[in-house]
Amino acid sequence: MTPPEPAMIEPRILEVRTKILKKNDELARDMRDQFQSAEVLVTNMVSSPGTGKTTLLREMLTRFVAAGDRVAAIVGDLETDNDARRLAESGAPVRQIMTHGCCHLEADMIEEHLEGWELSELDFLFIENVGNLVCPTSWDLGESVRVALLSVTEGEDKPLKYPGLFNTSDVAVITKIDLAIPCEFDRNLALENIQSVRPGMQVFETSAKTGEGMDLWIDYLRQKRNQLIGTVGSIGK
Amino acid sequence: MHELSIANSLVEIATEYLAKERVKNDESSVVKSITLRIGALSCVHKSALNFSFELVTKDTLLEGAELKVIDVPVTIFCKPCEREVELPGIQRFRCPVCDTPSADIRQGKELDIDTIEIAENASTPA
Repeated sequence: MTPPEPAMIEPRILEVRTKILKKNDELARDMRDQFQSAEVLVTNMVSSPGTGKTTLLREMLTRFVAAGDRVAAIVGDLETDNDARRLAESGAPVRQIMTHGCCHLEADMIEEHLEGWELSELDFLFIENVGNLVCPTSWDLGESVRVALLSVTEGEDKPLKYPGLFNTSDVAVITKIDLAIPCEFDRNLALENIQSVRPGMQVFETSAKTGEGMDLWIDYLRQKRNQLIGTVGSIGK
Repeated sequence: MHELSIANSLVEIATEYLAKERVKNDESSVVKSITLRIGALSCVHKSALNFSFELVTKDTLLEGAELKVIDVPVTIFCKPCEREVELPGIQRFRCPVCDTPSADIRQGKELDIDTIEIAENASTPA
């Protein structure tokens, strides 16, 4: 005798329709609100390893500190606190996140590393993400400005290879522009490729070594902060 | 391998839904499949996600659940054409009809759970 067939129960379909990373997104949204009311401009810097994020950021922090701006930085790496030590040479407070294998930063890691810092005592907070052009793309860290960086040593087609990053970033920075000639960097092609994947994207060309383009880039960040403060002001009205 | 983090978040959400189902309907409910909507710009590698999902669901309530993926192409809004147009790739953000550039992305960044299919576990004795 064959056992009786189990009663067939119709599978139920639950209409979930939610973002997989909703938990991160919600935390990032709360953090963004906090950053805005504290009038601190938060910038998330994303690039591949070796683009020169740390060297550029150290130069930025040094200039901000010299101008009397209140700046701080959080830097993510898989291992070592080398980058935090390099950034701290600027005189700004710096914290290192060691992700121990995780290829990107997430909002809760930032929240945890902000502890003890008074946000209202900061004008600018910079987050140097783990060197990676793919993985950080999906994680909102509560930033107001996301920067995609590429160096002249990396090849002009980076934007075409990694359109996801360029499409979630607000602005692009080309680093090591002082090496453009020895690297035979085709500037027009690089700019064209950025515009191809992100029409209208603003691009800054910088050299942390010679200082070329640094003033314009820093002015841009100041403008962004002024806009942020303006937004906060208009909400209050 | 950020797919591992994505798989973890996915499992967390699906487990919550399953727990509610078990309370509400049947104790033996299991997740049969999860349907995702993944945009072409989301930087997710499907086989890496499947691999991660299998890894993190092993010996859990979700073990054996199937991941189904709906691929979402990128669409942009073209002003001159006054409509949303689908792009054939993700390297060139220009209208395929009139060649006007547009950064007004309407879809393609999705990283969403669309539906979860719940069934009764046939192997559970009544």
